[in-house]
Amino acid sequence: MAVKWRETLEKIDDQRWLLPKEYKPGMRVPGLVFASEKMLGVIGLDQALEQVANVAFLPGIVNYSMAMPDIHWGYGFPIGGVAAMRVEDGVISPGGVGFDINCGTRVMRTSLREDEVRPHLKDLVNQIFRDIPAGIGGSGLVTVSMKEMDEVMVKGVRWALEQGYGWPEDVDAVEGGGALKDANTDKVSKRAKQRGAPQLGTLGSGNHFLEIQVIDEVYDGEKAETMGIEGPGQVMVFIHCGSRGLGHQTCQDYLDVMEEAASKYKIQLPDKQLACAPIGSKEGQDYLGAMTAAANFAFCNRQLISHWTRQAFQRVLGRDAREELGMHLVYDVAHNIAKIEQHRVNGKEMTVCVHRKGATRAFPPGHPDVPKRYQQTGQPVLVPGDMARYSYICAGTEQAMSETWGSSAHGAGRTQSRHAAKRMLKGVDVAQRLAQRGIYVRAQNRGLLAEEASEAYKDVAEVVDVLDEAGIAGKVARMRPMGVVKG
Amino acid sequence: MPRPPFEILEHTADVGIVAHGGSLAELFANAATGMFAIMSELDGVRQTEERRIEVEARDHEGLMVRWLTELLYYLDAEELLFSRFIVEEVSETRLRARAFGERIEAERHRLHFGVKAVTRHMLEVTPEDSGYRAQVLFDI
Repeated sequence: MAVKWRETLEKIDDQRWLLPKEYKPGMRVPGLVFASEKMLGVIGLDQALEQVANVAFLPGIVNYSMAMPDIHWGYGFPIGGVAAMRVEDGVISPGGVGFDINCGTRVMRTSLREDEVRPHLKDLVNQIFRDIPAGIGGSGLVTVSMKEMDEVMVKGVRWALEQGYGWPEDVDAVEGGGALKDANTDKVSKRAKQRGAPQLGTLGSGNHFLEIQVIDEVYDGEKAETMGIEGPGQVMVFIHCGSRGLGHQTCQDYLDVMEEAASKYKIQLPDKQLACAPIGSKEGQDYLGAMTAAANFAFCNRQLISHWTRQAFQRVLGRDAREELGMHLVYDVAHNIAKIEQHRVNGKEMTVCVHRKGATRAFPPGHPDVPKRYQQTGQPVLVPGDMARYSYICAGTEQAMSETWGSSAHGAGRTQSRHAAKRMLKGVDVAQRLAQRGIYVRAQNRGLLAEEASEAYKDVAEVVDVLDEAGIAGKVARMRPMGVVKG
Repeated sequence: MPRPPFEILEHTADVGIVAHGGSLAELFANAATGMFAIMSELDGVRQTEERRIEVEARDHEGLMVRWLTELLYYLDAEELLFSRFIVEEVSETRLRARAFGERIEAERHRLHFGVKAVTRHMLEVTPEDSGYRAQVLFDI
């Protein structure tokens, strides 16, 4: 399978590479890869670019099968893949969303300075580790009935607020107001609801995390200020998790449905994992309704986790989370989702289903779906890195809107398998190594930290530089971790 | 040399298993053990709970996904960690089994990371010399 990608891809400019339609018979559109020349070497190592070509087979795909600079191999779609399908004749694919429906990120600001938090860092991290279940097992602090599950899946963040978990203004700072329309809980299986119910308010495991971070560089002072970022030394909170077993089961359920649908509607697929159905078909609409329901659960999940994080800060520091600690939500954005959106194509309005598989929305200033407070800056785009280096906050741009369906990258992307990382770091106490850099980490299993170490990931700075230079997100600020909670 | 019941398969983003079995029943049981071995050390898992599982699918690959997904259901919904499996009946399209384990105790069990889902990527259930072989990748 040794495809010489560098020879196959046509360079458009320093950040853009075209995968010609002729690469594979059956591609309806070309591929468009955002990357630096240096990154292409790593990207070409797995099957990710082949997957970019495969996505281009899907009916109704418009313009390009796109890949963000953090692209890596996924199931059917590459992770870091973006594709929009016309609503009239296009398809929707669960593989274009992934198992963890509305896996996403959220950032809260604080009014705290690093030196105020340092003396309490261990207490804070330990308190959060106690209050917010992470890893395998460990039910959330709330118990919900099946009826309440249905409410959570319709109301999302609003459900959490009704129960007292959060502040009214939180809703404005969540993609889609934290409750996407057209969720259909009847289309979510009982099995999926039962898997999700005990896990509401839990982080999960794998690459999910909750970090206490510090701003260490600001690139755009004006936008940063609008986002509540004052400058270097300010403490922030970064959360990464999704819809837990509810989403995993919903995806699994619909992969079966779509496999049958694909043959029923005679859709030719180069990979069974791209199984899909016409957006307007019963199968397509059922999946859209179920997926949206799971997405709302994920928004609610991150809301509960934020609430308990605020409480942990309040308890440990003895100050009010809102009035004194200023722990306001900066933004919450999904990076595994499919949404029906309006876009302009060749000057004409078009309704498309945008699949963002490991990609965040990055809407520009002035867009009606961007909260009022961000109308001047553009939507905050949250790009987490690994637990030893840094994460970024960027802002959506007009360029993203016109070129990538208002989408941008979602993180660093792995370069090493978990076993390879473990082998490489054999005998290294990763927690201790982090401690030497002033980062305190708590994990369900310390031995597993090697698998999530920096060495296993691309440098997120390279990813963000490509976004910034290509103009599909603008750098606003960079944070480095000081406290880490892992599953 | 006898084949191990399962081996761990490496992958950039995720992890998988290759399982072997003298019979299909043994193969499905070993694949389940392999999946739980990714999530936890199984030595210390007592067998105080039992769940009966029945799944149907179109073929062996589909059956493998349904079977392992059903076990993940109990892990999420009831926090059950299984360590032993008896597959009582398995045909081309149907599997009936018993799974034994106990509720997760984070302090006592040596847990690794959770398996989110059983994927269809590179999924294979095939006959091999003196038995069967399965390859399964997990999203973690």
